[in-house]
Amino acid sequence: MAKEKQQKKWFSLDLGSNKQTSANSCGCGKNEGGCGSHKPETTSRPDGYRQYFGQKMDRRDAFRKLTASLMVGAGAVSTSCSFIAGDESKEKAQIDWEEQFKGNYKLMTEDEKKATVDRLVRSYQLRTGKTLKMSSQDALDNVLYGYAFNISKCQGYMDCVNACVEENNQDRKSEMQYIRIHEMQDGKGFNFNEADDNYYHEVPAQGHFYMGTQCFHCDNPPCVDVCPVEATWREKDGLVVVDYDWCVGCRYCMAACPYDGRRFNWSKPEVPETEVNKDQHYLGNRMRKKGVVEKCTFCVQRSRAGKDPACVEACPTGARIFGNLLDPNSTIRWVLENKKVFRLKEDLGTEPKFWYFMD
Amino acid sequence: MGRFKVFKSLVRDSLDITTHGSKKYHFWMGFLTLVMLVGMYCYFLQLEEGLAITGMTDRVSWGLYIANFTFLVGVAAAAVMLVMPTYVLKDIDFKQAVLIGEGLAVAALIMCLAFVVADMGGPSRLWHMLPVIGVFNFPNSMLTWDVLVLNGYLFLNLSIPFYILFRHYQGKEANPKVYIPGALLSVFWAVAIHLVTAFLYQGLQARPFWNNALLGPRFLASAFAAGPALIILVLALIRKFTPFVIQDTTLKKIAMVVTVAAQINLIMLISELFKEFYAPTHHSESAYYLFFGLDGKTALLPWIWTAIALNVLATVILTFHKLRNNFNILFFACGMLFVGIWIEKGFGLIVPGFIPGPYGKIAEYTPTWVEIGVTLGIWAMGAFIFTLLAKTAIGIETKSLRYKGNAKA
Repeated sequence: MAKEKQQKKWFSLDLGSNKQTSANSCGCGKNEGGCGSHKPETTSRPDGYRQYFGQKMDRRDAFRKLTASLMVGAGAVSTSCSFIAGDESKEKAQIDWEEQFKGNYKLMTEDEKKATVDRLVRSYQLRTGKTLKMSSQDALDNVLYGYAFNISKCQGYMDCVNACVEENNQDRKSEMQYIRIHEMQDGKGFNFNEADDNYYHEVPAQGHFYMGTQCFHCDNPPCVDVCPVEATWREKDGLVVVDYDWCVGCRYCMAACPYDGRRFNWSKPEVPETEVNKDQHYLGNRMRKKGVVEKCTFCVQRSRAGKDPACVEACPTGARIFGNLLDPNSTIRWVLENKKVFRLKEDLGTEPKFWYFMD
Repeated sequence: MGRFKVFKSLVRDSLDITTHGSKKYHFWMGFLTLVMLVGMYCYFLQLEEGLAITGMTDRVSWGLYIANFTFLVGVAAAAVMLVMPTYVLKDIDFKQAVLIGEGLAVAALIMCLAFVVADMGGPSRLWHMLPVIGVFNFPNSMLTWDVLVLNGYLFLNLSIPFYILFRHYQGKEANPKVYIPGALLSVFWAVAIHLVTAFLYQGLQARPFWNNALLGPRFLASAFAAGPALIILVLALIRKFTPFVIQDTTLKKIAMVVTVAAQINLIMLISELFKEFYAPTHHSESAYYLFFGLDGKTALLPWIWTAIALNVLATVILTFHKLRNNFNILFFACGMLFVGIWIEKGFGLIVPGFIPGPYGKIAEYTPTWVEIGVTLGIWAMGAFIFTLLAKTAIGIETKSLRYKGNAKA
């Protein structure tokens, strides 16, 4: 077990749900392509309709699917069933009902925020029997979060990516990651086109340097303007957040983001129960649902509690610096004042709060 | 009270006329119903599994649905090319076609809305967009503008023909004072729906392929080519299968509109190609991907070159009077133009917007069968709705459908 843990690569995110992925890798350390010893995956997931038409479905399964299709969109169904069900499922139906028809978090009063958080905690308890802690803490006064990335220090270990996935309860099935590490070639400058953001080999690779990207929490975020329902917005402390329960899943924000900062839950996100981070925030790492957009929040559940985001804490080289831009004594302010910093795609006028610098 | 009675009679009569017809008619409607059912099944699969069942990914986050949506907004807007000559310029030759054009616009708009809903991750949360109970990010989000103009245009294109047909149904003339203001408004509105849809993409600084001042005008030109081309084909079919009379001059005049729009569209295409390839910048990479492929990724190549060939050939054919005035050739050219623009403005526009990604990543997109099933289902629904509307309208206009309750009342 310990050995297996040691071999665990960030990319397989082998947290129990997809062991077969890592079993495929061969000596070259890659999962596919490249070394020549890989066969194309023959048992790959069938595409599209073949998943259904080509699959054996017993009668009960077929009946269940048929019934479900008749009930599509009818949230009331569970409520109507509650005559014969016990108190708990009645309560669950009540919670589901209220959750379905609650308003936009941004416009909620303190009481409403507390009520929805309580419902979500209770709902999780009813479903799994486990308790979690969820915060609805607002932005602190005189705080504006900023981030700096030291290109000289980053070695591409990707501990930040792993920590981020585990901290923020990202879907393990689709291996969703907020952070991308781009492996660049020495002598070519910041050439993203020729960079590899999907490498599977030992790092640091000779003749390469590394640069991480994630949501830059722009001060003038294009993604916020385009949302048709104001499901995403910039908080007072500069964090750009999403109300996962208000998002309708149109993905206009993903098209509008110049930094590839947003991710979509193409299917129902899956996190094994034992690995769920139970220290949650409504706008942060609480469990998402199918069909909504999510993104880096600078770990709002940690940052508003006075801690560094998980990526900063996990970085073994100290390449990541996080802090309050309004605090003149913060490290981030020191970096901005003493280093030659720059930001990506500044010509777009998005004003990212994420700076790069070199030693 | 009296009006309500007439309306009830109209509904009953139109139900009657749309459920009776020739064997061919029943076969057509049965076929469309079958495709719609397949589409519904595919959509059910998508609802259960999530959009993961489509070919879309975080890298290419819009695909076939949004491509068809964009194209169909253009088809809907094209009704203006019949409305304006008829109601504003009082050209009598367009009069017969205008109701069909408006019917087509209604069907196209309903398809647009269906495609947007099909693309949503959470269709059950769509009420979040409704005024009062939801939050409508107007005027910041171009998507909310689009919701407004599309629904407004749908209302205009439902109400004007309905008023006219309702009068004709009772054997009365429609009062121009009632419908002309609406028709005038719909002329501007048609331009607005397509311009706003273009702005949806044009306003994104993140996607240089779309962030281009020519996009809006180009949308209009291609719409006024593809839309009337479809109208010509539909009119030809109606002429063949129903007693509804459509003069040759009507078709020829619409063909003229198609021709001019197709020529302008081609000029704009040349302008775009020149800009992208004469002095290519970092921002030309999407165009390179579309036309020549990048890094050995060439999924769109066969499509775009087919589209270009179809567009150029059709435009050349239409430009010559002799060829254009031969109806068989005209219909052929219109078919080519329609398909060509569907490709070019559909996934030829949407997909390259995402490729390469913001950091140069080239991840291609191929729609899955479920996605194609839903798409075909929505197209069948559009054809179904149009057939119902057209059959009633033609019944009234050929005087076979008339209110009979007057004598008794």
